[in-house]
Amino acid sequence: MNAMSSKPNGAPPGAAFIGSHPPNGLWSRIGMPAVLAVLLLAFGWANPNFWSATNAANVSRQISALALISIGQTFAILSAGIDLSVGSLLALVSVVCAQQMRDYGVAAGILAGVATGGAAGLVNGVLITRANVPAFIVTLGMLVAARGLALTLSGGLPVAGLPRAFLVVGAGSVGPLPVPAIIAGGAFLVAHLALSRTQFGRYVYAMGSNEEAAILSGINVVKHKILVYVVSGLCAGVAGVVLTSRVVSGQPTLGETQELYSIAAVVIGGAKISGGVGSMGRTFMGVLVLGILGNGLNLIRVSSYVQNIVIGAIIVGAVFVDMARERRR
Amino acid sequence: MDQERPVLEMRGIVKHFPGVRALNGVSVDVRPGEVHVLLGENGAGKSTLIKILSGVHPAEAGEIRIDGRRVRIRSPYHAQLHGISTIYQEFNLAPDLTVAANIFLGREPLRGRIPGIIDRRTLIRQTRDLLASLDMPLPPEAVVKRLGLAQQQLVEIAKALSFDARILVMDEPTAALTSHEIDRLLEIMRELRRRGVAIIYISHRLDEVKEVGDRATVLRDGEVVATVGVADTPTDDLIRMMVGRELREKFPKVSVTPGEEALRVVGLTRKGLLHDVSFDVHRGEILGIAGLVGSRRTETVRAIFGADRRDGGRILVHGRDAAIRKPADAIRCRLALVPEDRKRHGILASLSVTANITLTALARFSRKGLLDLRRERAHAREYAWLLRIPGAGLEGRVDLLSGGNQQKVVLARWLSCSADVFLFDEPTRGIDVAAKIEVYQLMNELVGRGAAIVMISSELPEILAMSDRVIVMRDGRISGEFKRGEVTQAGILTCALGGATEQAIPPRNGARA
Repeated sequence: MNAMSSKPNGAPPGAAFIGSHPPNGLWSRIGMPAVLAVLLLAFGWANPNFWSATNAANVSRQISALALISIGQTFAILSAGIDLSVGSLLALVSVVCAQQMRDYGVAAGILAGVATGGAAGLVNGVLITRANVPAFIVTLGMLVAARGLALTLSGGLPVAGLPRAFLVVGAGSVGPLPVPAIIAGGAFLVAHLALSRTQFGRYVYAMGSNEEAAILSGINVVKHKILVYVVSGLCAGVAGVVLTSRVVSGQPTLGETQELYSIAAVVIGGAKISGGVGSMGRTFMGVLVLGILGNGLNLIRVSSYVQNIVIGAIIVGAVFVDMARERRR
Repeated sequence: MDQERPVLEMRGIVKHFPGVRALNGVSVDVRPGEVHVLLGENGAGKSTLIKILSGVHPAEAGEIRIDGRRVRIRSPYHAQLHGISTIYQEFNLAPDLTVAANIFLGREPLRGRIPGIIDRRTLIRQTRDLLASLDMPLPPEAVVKRLGLAQQQLVEIAKALSFDARILVMDEPTAALTSHEIDRLLEIMRELRRRGVAIIYISHRLDEVKEVGDRATVLRDGEVVATVGVADTPTDDLIRMMVGRELREKFPKVSVTPGEEALRVVGLTRKGLLHDVSFDVHRGEILGIAGLVGSRRTETVRAIFGADRRDGGRILVHGRDAAIRKPADAIRCRLALVPEDRKRHGILASLSVTANITLTALARFSRKGLLDLRRERAHAREYAWLLRIPGAGLEGRVDLLSGGNQQKVVLARWLSCSADVFLFDEPTRGIDVAAKIEVYQLMNELVGRGAAIVMISSELPEILAMSDRVIVMRDGRISGEFKRGEVTQAGILTCALGGATEQAIPPRNGARA
């Protein structure tokens, strides 16, 4: 079956519904898996190739970058914020990573790429908390500026000449598992633990649910909010490195509108855009839905134009279903 | 002035809220050109009554008649069609719009045949005419947020009257005004009365009531005590009618011998809000803080807790100087704040009951950075059991619990991090009687274990019954202090209302030493 869905799947035993819909709701337990199952069956029925191991590997390779930035986006949205900068950061990270790698080697390139993402996140976080500019605006500014910086650094041209060894990151496999899928899956696992099993994770939910009450409970909201955006930036850093390897160059045009798809993945998973509700497992489902939908529609020869119409409808439809259920309570 | 036929009659109005009977067969009638005052303690039912009249809440039983004809008021808009305009305690103005735009919001004069295009010139002219007819010196094109509070209040009144209101309801319109502004407002009320507008007026300031009121209806526990002429009823009688109930067995007070000093506040000051507030609380003691809405009691405890800025003053916890700059500092000193507005400041609605209880104590369940969820849940279960929070729903969202149980969850959070100086801000507001008694018993247990409690309450019976000592606040100052045994409702009200005796009360030094 799909190479990725076995391991880093959501809700291992012991993961409480910290900031989620009431666990008694049947939909909240099996709704998303059911939708996925229907998609898998339908596409498999329509095109037998859909079920092949090669295709599964393809899907996981294709969605790994989106998966990584969706992890960061989950932290941001859960804390009642948002990170619009992640798409452009992919490009900035890619250019910095490729330039450093060309000059100083693979390790230096990877390190510089990831650090660039983290640093941009730090800038976002500090501006949001210290200058009190809304997250939407700060990260919108970063979206525009980071793209500009990527184009400036690269002169608008791809950065080529990367070492062969680096290609393993994007194109390699361990047994049947593509390396990008292992990276994204591992990141999901770590993020899931961080969110459900650490104080930081709990404080993310608390800030998103009721920031005033969180402050009155002694939570250092400034520190943890900054951390949220650093984490999101780091995720974009890793994703940018993976993408750079996949396209074998530093690309200043990488990742356009990816920030919007990461937001879509989080809300399709059932997170509330106003914060406090959602989980890593749910975001994982959201990423899978988007990835499988794109791949499956491709296989049954639906044009990419029409695909966008379908995906747009699904984003709104998923939230509509959630809201309708909420109202019925 | 008095015409026999009332313009408005409310008969046998009944309204319940979950767990409380807010109104139980209340009847009031109002004549044209009359200022009819509604008096009563907080929670007596005044606000509920006017919300029914203005279409916010439906009544469960009873009838409303206007000019003798029975009407059903289904919405605030509907109330306006019947000539009823309401000015609420909180302003309902759009701060970024002009005076004119606010007054005619939703009813802007349109230009010609093109739909949706506002005729600005006509709008300004109509506003100017209206303001002139009311003798209100307001610039129609001023942006509302740049006006003073009193002027904003005038905008509210102008807006209310622009509906050709025959019945004007004013819910504590003077709470935020200075004495000069109040005089101006009372003048306008007299003018409206001359024009035959019927005014229903809610105020806690008895001096104003005396000055402007014709008749007063006193409410207590959702029932009418009496309707009297204001001029021939002494103030003392009005107060007695408002409070005059025997304290029932609703308050299981247990007295504890006070121990050493737990919290001392010296000269707490915040510019324009708090002026030299000083008091102390000892272990085993409940200190009540009484005062009117707007007397800045909430601001006081928030400043102590580090939730708001302080401009001066010292805070000593257990005899030691506490450098409290943010709530985390206060919590480290084992202070706890149980806030007034539970939804806004207390609970984290979308999180589970467990996560709400353990929020301040998470470090304790951390092993190598990872939370031990089993121990966390055991902890939550223990405190839920201790406080009789229903244990079945601990993993469900906290907002599925009743208000009383939510309040207990907030308490459990503070007990979890072993706080021992508790700042309770209206701890029993909006919860039913049974849950109230549980909160009182909990307070008894806390002081029994050597904790100190500061309790803000606007319910005098609660203050009287539960406090070992009472301080009264007025306009950000302490205006009186009473020991248990010396304290009376009338005494508290006198300090809280100020009014005529304002200058007679010397500024008190709350600290005893």
